[in-house]
Amino acid sequence: MSRAISNASLAQRAYRIRRHALLMGEVQGQGYIAQALGIADVLAVSYFHAMTYRADDPEWEGRDRFLLSIGHYAIALYAALIEAAIIPEEEIPTYGADDSRLPMSGMAAYTPGMEITGGSLGQGLPIAIGVALGLRRKSLGSFVYTLFSDGELDEGATWEAAMSASTHRLANLIGIVDVNNMQADGPSTGIMAFEPLGPKFEAFGWFVQRVDGNDLDALTTAFDRARHHDWPGPRIVICDTKMGRGVPFLEARERNHFLNVGPEEWSQALEVLDAARPL
Amino acid sequence: MRDKYRRPDLSQSGAARLRTSAMIASIADAQDETRQAPFGEALVKLAAERPEVVGMTADLAKYTDLHVFAKAYPDRFYQMGMAEQLLMGAAAGLAREGFIPFATTYAVFASRRAYDFIAMAIAEENLNVKIACALPGLTTGYGPSHQATEDLAIFRGMPNLTIIDPCDALEIEQAVPAMADHAGPVYMRLLRGKVPVVLDRYDYRFEIGRAKRLVDGSDVLFISSGLMTMRVLKAAERLATDRISAAVLHVPTIKPLDEATIVAEAGKPGRLVVVAENHSIVGGLGEAVAGVLMRNGIAARFRQIALPDAFLDAGALPTLHDRYGLSVDAVMTTVKAWL
Repeated sequence: MSRAISNASLAQRAYRIRRHALLMGEVQGQGYIAQALGIADVLAVSYFHAMTYRADDPEWEGRDRFLLSIGHYAIALYAALIEAAIIPEEEIPTYGADDSRLPMSGMAAYTPGMEITGGSLGQGLPIAIGVALGLRRKSLGSFVYTLFSDGELDEGATWEAAMSASTHRLANLIGIVDVNNMQADGPSTGIMAFEPLGPKFEAFGWFVQRVDGNDLDALTTAFDRARHHDWPGPRIVICDTKMGRGVPFLEARERNHFLNVGPEEWSQALEVLDAARPL
Repeated sequence: MRDKYRRPDLSQSGAARLRTSAMIASIADAQDETRQAPFGEALVKLAAERPEVVGMTADLAKYTDLHVFAKAYPDRFYQMGMAEQLLMGAAAGLAREGFIPFATTYAVFASRRAYDFIAMAIAEENLNVKIACALPGLTTGYGPSHQATEDLAIFRGMPNLTIIDPCDALEIEQAVPAMADHAGPVYMRLLRGKVPVVLDRYDYRFEIGRAKRLVDGSDVLFISSGLMTMRVLKAAERLATDRISAAVLHVPTIKPLDEATIVAEAGKPGRLVVVAENHSIVGGLGEAVAGVLMRNGIAARFRQIALPDAFLDAGALPTLHDRYGLSVDAVMTTVKAWL
């Protein structure tokens, strides 16, 4: 399959992930939809280009692990898991409801395909260290992908893990940082001076790539290199993403960490998204 | 209030003053039989039968006796650096992949610094991580930075977590395989180095969740855990010479508490119930037992031997055990005053 065709299909996947997320957002009337729209391309490349897994056996030993550190991005990961046929599409209306398998914050015990309980930010990368050590002990060739946010760079444990990954030469660990430059109290760069981020991780001994997280070509190339590069240590793909991506009137909204979307706006958002759907 | 500008009395000769000495002072009396590094030795023995057992530490292998394991199984030992949050997170990751990590550090750091990681990465998912922590309660003279006087109070509130406070080398040796057999997270208060052996005289066998009566008596019922069981056993012997008859109920599992045995023992009329623990008077075994008794309608005469609700002094451990009421002499004096 040529790259162009393959990425056309990834564009379809990313579109459908955004669509599932918007439908879930509409159920609740609010939520972390801007992040979900922003990270959809990264999830499309992760689940439909990079990772190995079995939809009918989410705990298959040989799978690549995907750890969602940012629990409130659950709406985005559910959308990807639905698209990957790990969760049935019919469960979309249960999002955030009593007895749902799709709670607002991601938890391992609730949802097939949700590897860890995230949400207490800064724990994903430390857990990934143990998973990567465990995979190596078992001589499994699987990768552990860990998605965390620029806000989680504020947490000291992230940097404890960043050093440890290098110490233990964890070449089976692929960190993904979503840099959307927005956390609860405002722009992330104004809250903690985490830039220049790439050189920081390089100095910590990681193989670093920084890409436009909404560019499918750039993402597939970066994920391929992350998997196949002969660097003997951990790898990180820093993804600069645009919150609200795919729905311009949501992209333009300024205070979008926890986005307020009006009742009539959900269908408008879906219309805008559908109108621009990839062929 | 301490006055740091008041000079100590220098007229006393230097030799007469006890010194802090090592970080981890031995809790053994000179005449006690001891075993060296019972935790490390037991873990090595267990690892021979259980390939999924791994050891992890936050730069304290040597001070938690994990170095014994590290030497025997270097490829199953993980040094996580002085990073307790990472230690617990990574332990969770290894447990998720089917391993049984024994993670060691000091009790202060596990309880105060890494609590959220133990709660969310380990306990919420009921993962098979075994946390063994040195310096529980008052077992060092280094001051509050190293004295985990409130670890039980902190951890008792954590769902899914089993908490054990072993008394001696024998119990630690038996607790290690029991921890591995138990499905779920366990926190163990660790005695390390030269650890006394006392329970071999009582036909004792450790079981998670079981309290055991070691000695029977009619005037006093000691309910104790950890090193205080050693102390009250000695106190009971000495009280007998004063014609005071004391029973000892050893409660090594702080959570889940063996409520039935505690109720059965404390419900026998006529005895002063004294809970003795190497922990703050707030939130430890004493208050746990008090709650059990209240809920079961048992209105025994009830007293606590425990550390005060305070940041404790630095100094030599025997001095501090006398000062805060944990030594055998102090227990004797306290109990006699209550009778």
